[in-house]
Amino acid sequence: MKNIYEKSVPGRRGVDPGTAKKETEKKLADRYRRISDNGLPELSELDVIRHYIRLSQLNFSVDTHFYPLGSCTMKYNPKVNEALSSLPGFAGTHPFMAYLDVDAVQGSLELIYSLSELLAEITGMKGVTTQPYAGAHGELTGILLMAAYHGTKGNRKKYVIVPDEAHGTNPASAAMGGFSVISIPVDRDGGMDVNIFREKMSDEVAGVMLTLPNTLGLFPRNISEIVKIAKKHDALLYNDGANLNAILGKARPGDIGFDIVHMNLHKTFATPHGGGGPGAGVVAVSEKLVDFLPVPIVTKTKGGAYTLDFKVKRSIGRVASFFGNFAVLVRAYAYIMMLGREGLTDASEKAVLNANYIRVKLKKYYDAPFDRNCMHECVFSARRQVQKYGVHAIDIAKALIERGIHPPTIYFPLVVDEALMIEPTETESKETLDEFIRAMVEIAETAEKNPGMLKNAPENTPVSRPDETKAARELKLTCNR
Amino acid sequence: MALFTPHTENEIREMLDAIGVGSMEELFSDIPGVLRPKSFDLPAGTTENETARIFGELERRNRLDYVSFLGGGYYDHFIPAAVDTITSRSEFVTAYTPYQPEASQGTLRAIFEYQTMIAGITSLEFANASLYDGGTGLYEAIAMAVRTNGRKKIIVDAGVNPLFRSIVKTYITNLDLEIREVELQDISTDTESIGGLLDDGVAAVVVQNPNFFGMVDDYEELFSLARTRGVVSIAVFYPISLGIIKTPGEMKADIAVGEGQSLGLPLSFGGPYLGIMAVEKKFVRKMPGRIVGETVDKNGKRAFVLTLQAREQHIRREKATSNICSNQALCALRAVVYLSLMGKNGFRNTALINLERAEYLKEKIGNIRGVEIIAGQTFNEFTVRLPMSAVDFAHKMLGHGYAAGIPASLFYQDKPNHLILSATEKRTEQEMDGFVAVARKVLP
Amino acid sequence: MDITVLDGYYYTKEHEWARIEGTTATVGITDYAQQKLGDITYVDPPAIGNELKQFEFLTGIESVKAASDIYSPISGKIAAYNSALDENPELVNKSCYTDGWIVQVEISDPSEIKNLMDAAAYRSYAAGLE
Repeated sequence: MKNIYEKSVPGRRGVDPGTAKKETEKKLADRYRRISDNGLPELSELDVIRHYIRLSQLNFSVDTHFYPLGSCTMKYNPKVNEALSSLPGFAGTHPFMAYLDVDAVQGSLELIYSLSELLAEITGMKGVTTQPYAGAHGELTGILLMAAYHGTKGNRKKYVIVPDEAHGTNPASAAMGGFSVISIPVDRDGGMDVNIFREKMSDEVAGVMLTLPNTLGLFPRNISEIVKIAKKHDALLYNDGANLNAILGKARPGDIGFDIVHMNLHKTFATPHGGGGPGAGVVAVSEKLVDFLPVPIVTKTKGGAYTLDFKVKRSIGRVASFFGNFAVLVRAYAYIMMLGREGLTDASEKAVLNANYIRVKLKKYYDAPFDRNCMHECVFSARRQVQKYGVHAIDIAKALIERGIHPPTIYFPLVVDEALMIEPTETESKETLDEFIRAMVEIAETAEKNPGMLKNAPENTPVSRPDETKAARELKLTCNR
Repeated sequence: MALFTPHTENEIREMLDAIGVGSMEELFSDIPGVLRPKSFDLPAGTTENETARIFGELERRNRLDYVSFLGGGYYDHFIPAAVDTITSRSEFVTAYTPYQPEASQGTLRAIFEYQTMIAGITSLEFANASLYDGGTGLYEAIAMAVRTNGRKKIIVDAGVNPLFRSIVKTYITNLDLEIREVELQDISTDTESIGGLLDDGVAAVVVQNPNFFGMVDDYEELFSLARTRGVVSIAVFYPISLGIIKTPGEMKADIAVGEGQSLGLPLSFGGPYLGIMAVEKKFVRKMPGRIVGETVDKNGKRAFVLTLQAREQHIRREKATSNICSNQALCALRAVVYLSLMGKNGFRNTALINLERAEYLKEKIGNIRGVEIIAGQTFNEFTVRLPMSAVDFAHKMLGHGYAAGIPASLFYQDKPNHLILSATEKRTEQEMDGFVAVARKVLP
Repeated sequence: MDITVLDGYYYTKEHEWARIEGTTATVGITDYAQQKLGDITYVDPPAIGNELKQFEFLTGIESVKAASDIYSPISGKIAAYNSALDENPELVNKSCYTDGWIVQVEISDPSEIKNLMDAAAYRSYAAGLE
């Protein structure tokens, strides 16, 4: 298939924005003018439509394929949310209107305020900022909150503790916030090894970042002990809420003792992933961190109007230009409103039910590194397939693509060899799960009988396995124009 | 209550039996009683119909009955309908990051074309697949400069968007870096003073074009000087302006970073927006974020993949170039579709029309006695000095149905009467005439 | 994993090798390391003239799915970098002990050689990792 530049025809016009008067150009002095070609193609509107609609057809997506990508919560995204987020009053409002006159943006401010209240209740926290644009951005915000909290007490702490099963963003965020990372291994039960944790813990530790349930899909049974040890050293507890979809109505980070939690609205609260973003990484904090939240904060006056508070005394400052990815907030608010208390609890229950169903059905065929009930995702290892038949996790993933199923997350968490991390989500039906299970069983059997066949998969996709080495060595990053 | 779980009672029973547990609750037995929620006090769910009604009411509490001259880095531009048609395709909207290339060629190819067009409009070599927004993008550019030359001081022109500058300050609080802001001469960059500060302790110099007050400048000499001192040049840009004004590449910037909202994204009260980054070739391996590369599959067919992943957090963890994981892929898609639709000519014409409208408004408002147009080259935004407080003026004008502009004093306390106005291709002469007529009455 | 270990070279626990000739140490990564990393796509050129301590970070090396740090086996000044790796990083895979060398270090303290493993010691060390 041609790229868009190969479809370009010199002189062809697309959308006509109008024409400026002839003398306009003279209003720009020569020395400030662009001389070089702007490097854009020339196509008709239909050319463009056809090109990109065809491209869309080369994708797997939740709306077209089962997408059990672990850690990513690829649940169904209700369509009404799309419509609501593009209402002109939401989509058309300039953010600086909030600076000119809060009365002109009461609807948007109320939405931010109400969503914040709901998220605080869902997590058992006291304060919320909607500014972070993504999970990792929420993590960085949390790290900056830690630094500010300890800084105010006159403590310049150096370390952040992260278990080795954590998402790569956790150590990266801690480092970006100026901390050194201490990595702790998991124990045989799948939780952070509490003995090593205790040993590494000191007054120089600013915080501990934990995913709950963790990336092995397990609820750590030693969590209370970890919390106790951290508190003894005044280390703040950070909850990476990537896996919050497992525990809605079942446990709240605030009640467990966490001080900070970020929520990936694009995971738990059903806003679409958009091929990689935009998401939203709203952060909620406990009482002791409320005074450090980014400014401005949306507050409610005694008269019931909404306004902006720029005077949060110890605020870490701004982490985003305005209020975060507002259109994503609109979708999440609609989702939470529709599901309500019972619906959210139901979502977690069904997510956990679906994951466990897959777990028990597949454990005969793939190694389960931790044989206990999982939460919303289950992790297998392709170790057996590697050792006996030379078939790797990646071969299993590609064989699934061949069968029209998006693969699970592979090679993560890093602590499991040849990991296959399966997160079906609650919106998938039993038939879909059964179909997936059949495919996985069939692949396990093929690995045994005809491993070579898996090595060549997929064959019936827009492309077969790309040469990634060539891509990284030769670095062709733009079309030839 | 809207529910999106398809399970029937029978199916739940069958599944629990298969798992070997007696109840749903048993699946949560790892969470002890003491850790169960102290409260979960949320309202009952609503139907889709009710939800839409409630949102309709909320939306109407936002005013829409005004003509806007607000800019400040975020502009009310025309968005062709075809942008929405393409970017609302489920296959783009409900896909994840393209880790599995065989199942994601659509997203990968679109991003590859986006990278190409961004490189084209900035006239730099390479672009990444997007960052969150302009402000966080600026921090990433600075961090990249620091990684490159290991220096600790960053010189930032005070004409750089104050929101961007404040994000950068937040980000570096716990890092061993120093930001030196250089004051403006009224509203223009003090290029000479900035040049004088560029020594071998400086990691990067940051300027914005047009600056926050709308002033257009040429930074080629400054960037050349920076290069001789080993300082990385960072140009903050406004994409639409690049239809006609000198580009970061033409000025020999090392890194260009900008807010991409103007490329087909709605204003949406602050987001989602689009952080654009383009770089000179030698910086490509230091660049944060996803990058798509072209290669071939095993049959020799052209294929696209995420490449240079060894820079990223999922591999390099605390040593990664950035913590970024989710980006703004769907916003980048909007941008590439917008740029494709506009094409070579439309992009340039859009910029020219913006210049034309702003010049028209400038002339009309300049005719009001007591209003001083601050002289200098501008694009679609300019600054006036009013004979009254700009905040009061803007407030009064809103009462008459005009969002008059951004009072500079929101961010520059020493400029109480400066108002920053922008006019895009969406503003008609009639609207501008109406605005000026009312302004005459409101001004003393 | 079958690995090649050359006699006469010195080795580190981080899988670098050093070949000592007079006051110069030629440095690269071992067969074990290149096999573990897979297809090498990039070696970050270090600054010539940089002074390094023994076992201090020297430069970074990347493959498609991994990134790794290379540490200097010995203290000294970086005297040369194998610029052939810029165009052909795969030399590290094809010929890690010869054409795929990475830097040459002007040794500042020869007594540090005793902190390195000889071929026999490294062979048993690497075998123990499997």
